[in-house]
Amino acid sequence: MNKPLSLIGLIILAVVHNGLAETIFVTLEKDNALAVVDGATQTLVNSVRVGQRPRGIALGKNQRQLYIAASDDDTIQIVDTETLQVVGRLPSGKDPETFAVDPRGDFLYVSNEDDNLVTVIDIAQQKAVKEIPVGVEPEGIVVSPDGRWVVSTSETTNMAHWIDRRTLAIVANTLVDPRPRAAAFTSDSKQLWVTSEIAGSLTIIDVATKRIIKTLGFKIPGVTQEKIQPVGIRIDAKRRYGYVALGPANRVAVIDAAKLQVKDYLLVGQRVWNLEFSPDQKRLYTTNGVSNDISIIDLEWHKVLKSVAVGNYPWGVAVKP
Amino acid sequence: MRLLHYLRALRGIIVRELYRFVHQGGRFGAALVRPLVWLFIFAAGFRSTLGIAIIPPYETYILYEVYITPGLIGMIQLFNGMQSSLSMVYDREMGSMKTLLITPLPRWYLLTSKLVAGTLVSILQVYTFLAIAWLYQIQPPPIGYLTVLPALLLTGLMLGSLGLLLSSFIKQLENFAGVMNFVIFPMFFMSTALYPLWKIKESNELLYTLAEYNPFSQAVELIRFALYGQFNQYAFCYTLAALFGFLGLAIVGYNPSKGMMQRKGGA
Repeated sequence: MNKPLSLIGLIILAVVHNGLAETIFVTLEKDNALAVVDGATQTLVNSVRVGQRPRGIALGKNQRQLYIAASDDDTIQIVDTETLQVVGRLPSGKDPETFAVDPRGDFLYVSNEDDNLVTVIDIAQQKAVKEIPVGVEPEGIVVSPDGRWVVSTSETTNMAHWIDRRTLAIVANTLVDPRPRAAAFTSDSKQLWVTSEIAGSLTIIDVATKRIIKTLGFKIPGVTQEKIQPVGIRIDAKRRYGYVALGPANRVAVIDAAKLQVKDYLLVGQRVWNLEFSPDQKRLYTTNGVSNDISIIDLEWHKVLKSVAVGNYPWGVAVKP
Repeated sequence: MRLLHYLRALRGIIVRELYRFVHQGGRFGAALVRPLVWLFIFAAGFRSTLGIAIIPPYETYILYEVYITPGLIGMIQLFNGMQSSLSMVYDREMGSMKTLLITPLPRWYLLTSKLVAGTLVSILQVYTFLAIAWLYQIQPPPIGYLTVLPALLLTGLMLGSLGLLLSSFIKQLENFAGVMNFVIFPMFFMSTALYPLWKIKESNELLYTLAEYNPFSQAVELIRFALYGQFNQYAFCYTLAALFGFLGLAIVGYNPSKGMMQRKGGA
């Protein structure tokens, strides 16, 4: 790049990147590693070895600790976000893939796909305190922001199971489209969104009545219908837009959260799996399993800014402020 | 006083070219329809073919229509350059060329002015095309619309000088079909306008080499990088060298004592 252009570029970068101090953590399913991407430079800065086949990932209390589901080690590892050392492990039960942390950061809820259970772990005591039987092949799991509900979706039973957090018992079930993968609550805890991989749809459920408000399909010009396999969901705090990763369709769907309509499709890397917001919700990070990178989406303009190579089979993503 | 002469001549040539452009609505339409057909129809069928690898200046995955856009800008300028050459032949046949060439100013200056005028017309076409492409969701960064301007000036001059060079060889309007077959099509298809170099290399090594050294490829790459606020030094030097090469030959070609015109019996 020549000098005047570089200067202009640097000024623009300085303005654009102001406040991008976040760190992005990505689990690499095949490398048995955790990739660390610097939000300011949007580059891979580190990669450390963790347990075998790491998939689900979430930040703990005070953002000091990361929980990583090391599926083939049958455990959830605790990683210090500063030193990147494994500092502990939680008894997750067999083959943990996805899990959710409650809003206060005290408990962890794990889907045990093979045993058809949800395991509840007391993080402070590092102990499993309850096993809740759910439908066949539980996959998606989420805790409502108000702390009232834990919802587990079972891939074979095709249901969202509503677990009361106080009693830790299922109080209701909602039948959804085939192979529900992920679930997310709106920030006001009034709606639950569930993606169905085989049906290629998104089901929006009213929390108060546990009834379906709407089922949304996806259609992308030039992409065959069987490639549309919705997985990860994120809904912004103001409930303006929701975002759904569409797997091998290599797109993220932008959904108008008020009208419950698809607004746009954004092209990202291959087999986009999971999503996470930046702390200010101005950017969205996507893990692209087959193209081995993450894509960074600007949410003000709904533009994909950059794709950054991170390692083999990126699966989950967590963002630390 | 002399400088004023030069400026007056340049103004005259540019105004005439723009006047012709504005009043030939059909020509403007045709110049715009051609790349739009490629964009809306051809590119639609290949929508998902790319998006496999990220190549500079792109930083993420793109749809085929995004890739093809700089190539179509190049196409606009290539056709415009050839169109100018066609109009030169027409001017020669109609005698208005003689009026121009007897102006008491150096011939190289008159030809260069003609070139600048043609390039400005092509830039107008390009920005109209980019505006339509923007509505079709092909939206480079805003700064790109500014940084592409100097690139367009250079590539427009280069392709225009190629047209000028060709016009010194063409005796009659009817021969323009030959230009289409032997210059425009090979130049366009053997370039990075439609496919990136790595994709061409996968299928044919010879084609890859031809595409790499095709000045049109370098012009397209210069436009591609500039449209994303980046500077491709190699493409810049290559395009600049091609400009001087073609322009030099065209000036020689239009020199009555040395050039082709004498051999063909003058204008």
